[in-house]
Amino acid sequence: MSPSARLQLETASHPEALKRTVIEPLTRVEGHGKVTLLMDDEDHVRQARLHIVEFRGFEKFIQGRPYWEVPVLVQRLCGICPVSHHLAAAKAVDMLVGARQLTPTADKLRRLLHYGQILQSHALHFFHLSSPDLLFGFDADVATRNIIGVIAAHPDLAVQGVKLRKYGQEVIRVLSGKRIHGVFAIPGGVNKAFSREDREYLAKDIDQVVAWSRGAVEIARSLYMGKLETSESFGAFRSNFLSLTTPKGDFELYDGALRARDDKGQTIFDQVDCAHYLRYLHEEVKSWSYMKFPFIVSLGNDEGWYRVGPLARINNAERMPTPLAEEARKIFMAMGKGEPVHATLAYHWARMIELLYAAEAIQGLLSDADIFGTDLMIKGEPALEGIGVIEAPRGTLFHHYKVDETGAIVKANLIVSTTNNNTAMNTAVREVAAQYLDGKKLTEGLLNHIEVAIRAYDPCLSCATHALGKMPLQVELLDAAGQLVDRLVKGTDGELSGEAV
Amino acid sequence: MTFPAGSVVLFGYGNPSRGDDALGPLLLERAEAWLGEHPELKVTPVADFQLQIEHAEDLRDQDLALFLDADASCPAPFAFRRIRPIQDDSYSTHALSPGAVLHVFERISGQAAPPAFTLSLRGVDFELGQPLSEFAAQHLEAAWSLLEGLLRDARSEAWTLRLHAVEERHA
Repeated sequence: MSPSARLQLETASHPEALKRTVIEPLTRVEGHGKVTLLMDDEDHVRQARLHIVEFRGFEKFIQGRPYWEVPVLVQRLCGICPVSHHLAAAKAVDMLVGARQLTPTADKLRRLLHYGQILQSHALHFFHLSSPDLLFGFDADVATRNIIGVIAAHPDLAVQGVKLRKYGQEVIRVLSGKRIHGVFAIPGGVNKAFSREDREYLAKDIDQVVAWSRGAVEIARSLYMGKLETSESFGAFRSNFLSLTTPKGDFELYDGALRARDDKGQTIFDQVDCAHYLRYLHEEVKSWSYMKFPFIVSLGNDEGWYRVGPLARINNAERMPTPLAEEARKIFMAMGKGEPVHATLAYHWARMIELLYAAEAIQGLLSDADIFGTDLMIKGEPALEGIGVIEAPRGTLFHHYKVDETGAIVKANLIVSTTNNNTAMNTAVREVAAQYLDGKKLTEGLLNHIEVAIRAYDPCLSCATHALGKMPLQVELLDAAGQLVDRLVKGTDGELSGEAV
Repeated sequence: MTFPAGSVVLFGYGNPSRGDDALGPLLLERAEAWLGEHPELKVTPVADFQLQIEHAEDLRDQDLALFLDADASCPAPFAFRRIRPIQDDSYSTHALSPGAVLHVFERISGQAAPPAFTLSLRGVDFELGQPLSEFAAQHLEAAWSLLEGLLRDARSEAWTLRLHAVEERHA
């Protein structure tokens, strides 16, 4: 496809003359989403859009509740990253109670919880959701391109994935008392001291967890380097990057200040207090999507969109705070030859570097005497507005609340990680559609190319409900008038079947 | 009356803040309260938003497994079914089916999965922030009467007999 034709993907002047292909919902992506490909009469892709059933109702769900309930309440927004919402909300509520600097014990125990979440989330994504694509190729038989295929072909790898995930879940359970719905972070600190028995329980496996995580980085690197040309070109594009960093500009997941860099690695802004995020970031609304499109104010909505998550965090960091992860970061960054790494598939490699960091950070905290402290809470001058920002597994997560004099939430604003990556995911879909689907008959393998690009971002599409019978995969080809032209159905056995219309 | 029984892992899953999706966790909560009065029973309750690969580890050394969940399409008030390990399409999502969890267990452990059953409760409203619907509350009551009996007599053959009784009622 020519550059001019590619430009038309988002700018078709007569979309009414285009046929529309709908892929819904995405598999191996949390929640429900669909991809619409608008095609012309010659079956050339002209537009590509990712539609997401976004977090509608979230703010309404929170409004009116007393602020002290919010850290627990928001865990129910998402079945995949409840701990991230819990901690982001807790940080916002810290501001409401005037707790600007937690005690060392509370800070370190919250970090331990967060690293457990990062570990389990990244392990699930890489070993379970993405490794089938990466190990077997995007066009491999669907019967093998799943976690069972991985288990059959790489039994040790699959077991490690399960055990890494389980270990992260155990960190969460030990700290919060339950795997889910636990109460740990409370306004101004945490509600439970960490015992030496808890420490011994988690410490007995941590060396193995670090070793497996180190192996995972090597697997991700090898897979990337093994098909370097594809790795670098698949759904690739240049972008700005946003993340938290420490005051020295080092890698940070729990706290810190905002840093944005452009596609060449030049600073757009740095060390921005998270409480001032609205001065630097705005959200655009588009008529065709429920999900907003955040952008950097100084660059405007056309040029100011950015990426978040593992790739952004590794690109933006001067250093990783742990030795093995820092060693891995240097190898990774060499791929950019002095600039940020932009490849969509590099997310997987970056994610495994973060997995290793989380494992090392847990290891370090388990040897830190501060975690046994009993000074768990502080309070200060109350405020009516609180903002909490955290680096969730999928990227930067903002929780912003305003309360009235009684402590009831009167306004809530959430910018979740997946929303921050909205434009990036649309761009990835567009690039892959242009690269692989133009002028070809739709097949499951080809459609999976699009899903592979989206999966790289590990989007969480707000679906903690999972009632049986709600997750079919259906592909429809519609004309511009909405008439069904063709349909492709993915059955419960993973087989595709066509259906005459 | 209770009978000498084997160990049971009892999964109750769903999002308590999404209307009838709370049926699984609520039924599990009820069972946990009841189990507090019956310490002689070897039941391990597991609550979660959804099933994932790590739940395969919860099946280790268990004689029976029971999955409690909301279902948008099963017969009302509930369906009680025997399930077997299966490689289904749920492997490609963030949430596994019960059969897929059994399958993962067999692959990573090299052992046969324990006899497993699902108790699916019919739900109708799954919106965020909604309470349990009136219908779902009735289904919860009906399901508890079955579950209590299952826990009192946690043997595969006894559960299979109840399976047939439920099937006949639905027939």
